[in-house]
Amino acid sequence: MKKMLAAAVSRVLSRVAQKPASRVLVASCNYSNDAMFEIKKCDLYRLEEGPPVTTVLTREDGLKYYRMMQTIRRMELKADQLYKQKFIRGFCHLCDGQEACCVGLEAGINPTDHVITSYRAHGLCYTRGLSVRSILAELTGRRGGCAKGKGGSMHMYVKNFYGGNGIVGAQAPLGAGIALACKYKGNNEVCLTLYGDGAANQGQIAEAFNMAALWKLPCVFICENNLYGMGTAAERAAASTDYYKRGHFIPGLRVDGMDVLCVREATKFAADYCRSEKGPIVMELQTYRYHGHSMSDPGISYRTRQEIQNVRSKSDPIMLLKDRMVNSKLATIEEFKEIDVEVRKEIDDAAHFAITDPEPPLEELGHHIYCDNEPFEVRGSSQWIKFKSLS
Amino acid sequence: MAAFAATAGGLLRLRAAGSEGQWRRLRGAGLLRGLLQPESATGVAAQRRRVAHFTFQPDPEPREYGQTQKMNLFQAITSALDNSLAKDPTAVIFGEDVAFGGVFRCTVGLRDKYGKDRVFNTPLCEQGIVGFGIGIAVTGATAIAEIQFADYIFPAFDQIVNEAAKYRYRSGDLFNCGSLTIRAPWGCVGHGALYHSQSPEAFFAHCPGIKVVVPRSPFQAKGLLLSCIEDKNPCIFFEPKILYRAAVEQVPVEPYNVPLSQAEVIQEGSDVTLVAWGTQVHVIREVAAMAQEKLGVSCEVIDLRTILPWDVDTVCKSVIKTGRLLISHEAPLTGGFASEISSTVQRSRAIQRAVTGRHPVCRVPSTLPDA
Repeated sequence: MKKMLAAAVSRVLSRVAQKPASRVLVASCNYSNDAMFEIKKCDLYRLEEGPPVTTVLTREDGLKYYRMMQTIRRMELKADQLYKQKFIRGFCHLCDGQEACCVGLEAGINPTDHVITSYRAHGLCYTRGLSVRSILAELTGRRGGCAKGKGGSMHMYVKNFYGGNGIVGAQAPLGAGIALACKYKGNNEVCLTLYGDGAANQGQIAEAFNMAALWKLPCVFICENNLYGMGTAAERAAASTDYYKRGHFIPGLRVDGMDVLCVREATKFAADYCRSEKGPIVMELQTYRYHGHSMSDPGISYRTRQEIQNVRSKSDPIMLLKDRMVNSKLATIEEFKEIDVEVRKEIDDAAHFAITDPEPPLEELGHHIYCDNEPFEVRGSSQWIKFKSLS
Repeated sequence: MAAFAATAGGLLRLRAAGSEGQWRRLRGAGLLRGLLQPESATGVAAQRRRVAHFTFQPDPEPREYGQTQKMNLFQAITSALDNSLAKDPTAVIFGEDVAFGGVFRCTVGLRDKYGKDRVFNTPLCEQGIVGFGIGIAVTGATAIAEIQFADYIFPAFDQIVNEAAKYRYRSGDLFNCGSLTIRAPWGCVGHGALYHSQSPEAFFAHCPGIKVVVPRSPFQAKGLLLSCIEDKNPCIFFEPKILYRAAVEQVPVEPYNVPLSQAEVIQEGSDVTLVAWGTQVHVIREVAAMAQEKLGVSCEVIDLRTILPWDVDTVCKSVIKTGRLLISHEAPLTGGFASEISSTVQRSRAIQRAVTGRHPVCRVPSTLPDA
């Protein structure tokens, strides 16, 4: 009996000894479980009140947001690397710098709400539930990808996330339609419809605004203003760069898109507004992208390296969150370093999978053109190459 | 299914029609089949990445237009635009990102040379760009609009089809927007997928009142673009984007015109007529060379150049001579422009006197992944 007890105790002790140093440190210090932060007040348009200017962040949430943002950041940088190694081909639009938008939006809504966005979608794909593996494998066009390798960078989908759209602005009327379905089904869900500062000048955005306002659809229109539409600065493309006011008869708010807590509170406010059947609302997220428009754009011919460096050093979303949490003793630097290591490993594993997974079989090239159709044959690039199309 | 049946029908018709020596010789089609089929279709070998293959074949240096300079396709376009802006003080160029030179560098240097009120950027709004261009053209100024990729021309489809094409007709020739030219990069480039590879010429071919032009080379492009700009009808000029850098030729520095609605017989032949436009002309030229070398078949190669209104006479005359027609284009098979050409040729009375077969050769009519 004594021997067994001794064995059990030594087992427990050895397990304790294996605990990483940071955990032991936390256990011994009195780190707080949550802290209150002040966030930037949002500019309001046609609204009496806005989101709160203070918010409570729990340690758990903070670490979750940090992990998510760091994962997105690392995933985008890995995609950059894979593109340069020609594992990823075609077009690739990266969203590093805009992580607070993706994570903040997800934190402000429920998993049952709906999201649709443009082509700069990798971050939102991750926050909406796709694994890094399936995203990277989709980028490299393998069968393990979320769209079975047939969609690529701009066409990734998951439940309640409708992509990933290549044509600028085309997703806005779609988002209004999804919102109509939510209202019709009466399930208290909202649709977040994202578009960029370039797309804000498309006619179909105005059409979507009108329909949503006319029928009081629970649609949150979100303009991710990263200051440049491809290579054109926002002031050169828009008569009014107050994108949150561009809904005209739709109320709007302008949000600091580099602060994940600001985005979270604003999203909660906007979603509640829509859920209370007051109609649509416009949100402008002021954010920044470090990469160029796409991988074929160096990103420095229309803005200075200095500007990019400035934003990176002063307003980087991951840095902002980390500093906040460390300063208010919600977590330690070591914990963050540990998360960084874990994230790096996850991304490396996913990248390895993305490179080694086989491509979808050639026989599947013609599938899913139609639905519920008899199988038919699709002509390939010469009349002797035929693909069978199954629905 | 329909697409395949049409092809099969075509094949059967060929077989029924001929017990001529010529058809029997072409039955060495087993060899042709082997040449055209990729390994994977025969079930052999693992999947390999296949890149679009063709070799640009430059035309001989033109002597009749004065001094020439080595230019690629985008430089030839820039030269044409430069000539237009110099000659015509009302000419303006606008579109997304044209001010710094354009995403394909077609407008490099023009803003510096002619000023920011003649070369300017528009916001991201294709419908607005074309509508705006129609407005400029209606007042008599020359409008050269750029749509960044032909895949994005669809928001402007209404403006082109319902406004631009019908302006002259509906006003009884009182007004027109003939001085409008719309330029757009067109066609497959290898990595463009769904939204950077489309060839929408067939959609516009269905619309009387506009002209649709596709050049195959820098020399052709400059001449055709200048003709489009000077033409008194609204024109759409599709530029094969894969040729922007790949096609290099000697191009005259001074302005010159290549006539619209005239197809060019690039190579004379006697056994089969091959018709194509844009990038496919170079593929077809290779096919003609291969057919001559391996099968002893003499091909007549025609570059259609203008899709609408197209040169029916040249094509029909050629088919009367050879008795066979093969049309190749990148756009999907069903409703592609090849079907228009083949049905017109079949219907033509001159052709009905001769025995013909027709055989459109087009790409997979499905969507392209990995956009």
